[in-house]
Amino acid sequence: MPSATGRALAGTASAACALTLLSACGTSADGGDTTSDGKVRLDVNGRPPTTQAFERELFDEHVQRFEEANPDIDIVPHEGFMDPQTFSAKLAGGKLEDVFYVYFTDARSLIERGQAADITDAVQDMPHREDVQDGLMEVFQDADGRQFGLPTANYSMGLLYNRELFEEAGLDPDDPPATWEEVREAADAVSGLGEGTVGYADFSKGNQGGWHFTAELYSRGGRIAEEADGGWKAAFNTDDGRDVLQTLHDMRFEDGSMGGRQLLEAEDAQRMMGAGELGMYIAAADNISTIAKQFGGRYEDYGLAPMPGEGATLLGGEGYMVNPGATPEQVEAGVRWIQWKYLNPETIERDVVAHVENDLPVGLPMPPTPDIWKGGVRERIEGVKEANANVPMDNYAGYMEAAPEMEGVIEPPQAQEVYAVLDSVMQAVLTDEDADIDRLLDDAEEKVDGVYSGS
Amino acid sequence: MGAPVTAPAPPAPAPPPAARPRRRAARRRALADTATAYAFLAAALVVFALFSWWPILRSAVLGFQEVDFASGSTWVGLANFERLLADPLFFTAWRNTGLFTLYALVLGFAVPFLTAVLLNEFRHAKAYFRTLVYLPVMLPPVVVALMWKWFYDPGPGLINEALRTLHLPTSAWLDSSSTALVSLVIVATWANMGTTTLIYLAALQTVPGELYEAAELDGANLWQRLRHVTVPQTRFVLLVLLLLQIVATMQVFTEPYVMTGGGPQDSTVTVMFLVYRYAFVYNDFGAASAMSLLLLIVLAVFSALYLRATRGSEE
Repeated sequence: MPSATGRALAGTASAACALTLLSACGTSADGGDTTSDGKVRLDVNGRPPTTQAFERELFDEHVQRFEEANPDIDIVPHEGFMDPQTFSAKLAGGKLEDVFYVYFTDARSLIERGQAADITDAVQDMPHREDVQDGLMEVFQDADGRQFGLPTANYSMGLLYNRELFEEAGLDPDDPPATWEEVREAADAVSGLGEGTVGYADFSKGNQGGWHFTAELYSRGGRIAEEADGGWKAAFNTDDGRDVLQTLHDMRFEDGSMGGRQLLEAEDAQRMMGAGELGMYIAAADNISTIAKQFGGRYEDYGLAPMPGEGATLLGGEGYMVNPGATPEQVEAGVRWIQWKYLNPETIERDVVAHVENDLPVGLPMPPTPDIWKGGVRERIEGVKEANANVPMDNYAGYMEAAPEMEGVIEPPQAQEVYAVLDSVMQAVLTDEDADIDRLLDDAEEKVDGVYSGS
Repeated sequence: MGAPVTAPAPPAPAPPPAARPRRRAARRRALADTATAYAFLAAALVVFALFSWWPILRSAVLGFQEVDFASGSTWVGLANFERLLADPLFFTAWRNTGLFTLYALVLGFAVPFLTAVLLNEFRHAKAYFRTLVYLPVMLPPVVVALMWKWFYDPGPGLINEALRTLHLPTSAWLDSSSTALVSLVIVATWANMGTTTLIYLAALQTVPGELYEAAELDGANLWQRLRHVTVPQTRFVLLVLLLLQIVATMQVFTEPYVMTGGGPQDSTVTVMFLVYRYAFVYNDFGAASAMSLLLLIVLAVFSALYLRATRGSEE
């Protein structure tokens, strides 16, 4: 039996633990606006994890160089990017960084909810302000044209295909499908190779089905939503919407070119592509490096073509915004950091060299050479990319040539809620042979109108 | 009429001088014991308060607010509940959760019980079979879900391959809205039956062997022994586990989240899945809290029944 002293000690320890726990709850999350030596303290995220040693080292070097060039600013880097699941909790708990990463998808709702600072005045005289594509700057603007963030990279969807399987199936890998009819024919040919080879894959899980439906609808000239009476209304219950679904349904059940397993998401398609089991799916360029780095693919096996059809392409991307609680000095420092680190042709040129030296891919329309520029700066970046490319740029030539002319359309308002509705539609046409497409579209239209009317 | 006037009570006789310090010492000891008990309780109380009670209270409050973490939340009365009722998925989620619970009870109640009865009958390799039954419990739930996702693959998946080998018809499993929910129940049962089986087994071993002997002498067969001896003797454990299982299965989330994403065609959208979607996909913490509150009320009913059952047994 424990002695009385032992019990008392254990009891005291238990109470002490409880007090410690309580006191931890009161710890301030705010690191302060200034450092002890009077510098502006700027907490920024976007620092790569330790598993990405090179990228992390490069980031830290950028911090050091920026601080040398801006001795009045102290950058405090944090790991992590945008996690929609923890964003609100971080904001509520005062843990959100002063400069934080966002996807294009989230920018509009963050602006509407007042969860990002107005940086209009701070970007007025920002270097290279006029060299960034206007459409991308608009992603971070409200209806009055006030600026709430800056784009740092973008993507537009294209048709990612396996050149090796194309050759095996007797297709010309330098002449990828340009229409949805040609996609269907090519998928049929690739799946004809047998041994579980899938001609074309599409997503239908985790809201990614709705996202892909949107991209395919845009490529046929349709839209998910349109403004009406000061609000938004569903606009996909049209012939274009029906064509998207009918083509997928026919490929799945008539041609059998989409494989047996459905409810796929991006990682499934990437894995299949890396294993040489998939002919095509629609994706952005960053998928190529993911397939090569994580799923054992080879850069030379993949090609990227413009979206089939004569419509638009879905535009997405990433950028940085500033915490609404930041001081005016932090807002100004934040814009200086974003511009210096991400919107700076000189930084990009140095990064390209570092990437090549470390055998990392250069030549894809993604960081370190994102396609966010216009005019002379775009030509300059493209020149640097071409001179240092270590991936087969010819494989993406069609995509890059079409990019400036192709209309880019961003995601619809309340995208995730709309995608959740459309996921279900995609699941139906890909898993139910008797799916009634008209009824599916009618139901989805009603639900999306409900989302927009707030009921 | 005034109160009767009574003489003041005579003072209590003073304790003998030797008893006084003894009583004081006893009081001090009692006080020290109470203080120690509270000190021990403190850590648990703080942890419960911070991570269970406070979030429950907070969630109840959020259920009646339009939540805005940046500029402050506003009271909206029952608007969140109205929004939920207008969402067609609200009723789908409750229906799916109800069906999941029902299927999980049919499968998750009967299978572990019968497994326990079988294990109890084994004369050899008891420990081996018990370990075998318990092993899935040791796997992380997400690993189980991912593993079964591959088992269920309609093409080269393990289950369909096995069925093909046996020349039996195959199924689309997760890819069909008519089989997806049942497929998830099978996974949940497989993953969780280890613990339930062990509890049943423990209960079975408390049944006196003489009862079986007597039943056998009366000519009872296996089914009759099960029905007239085993079930009545273990009915308290059966009832408690039934209630606990209802409470646990109504909160199903991991399987639909990892394996089907609520599909196909919303056939596996459950209440917790919808709560998650409202909170972390739509960023609508008010509606998510309102839905959690509704689930809490339903679960509280079953928890009350559980408490009543266990208290009844204690008395």
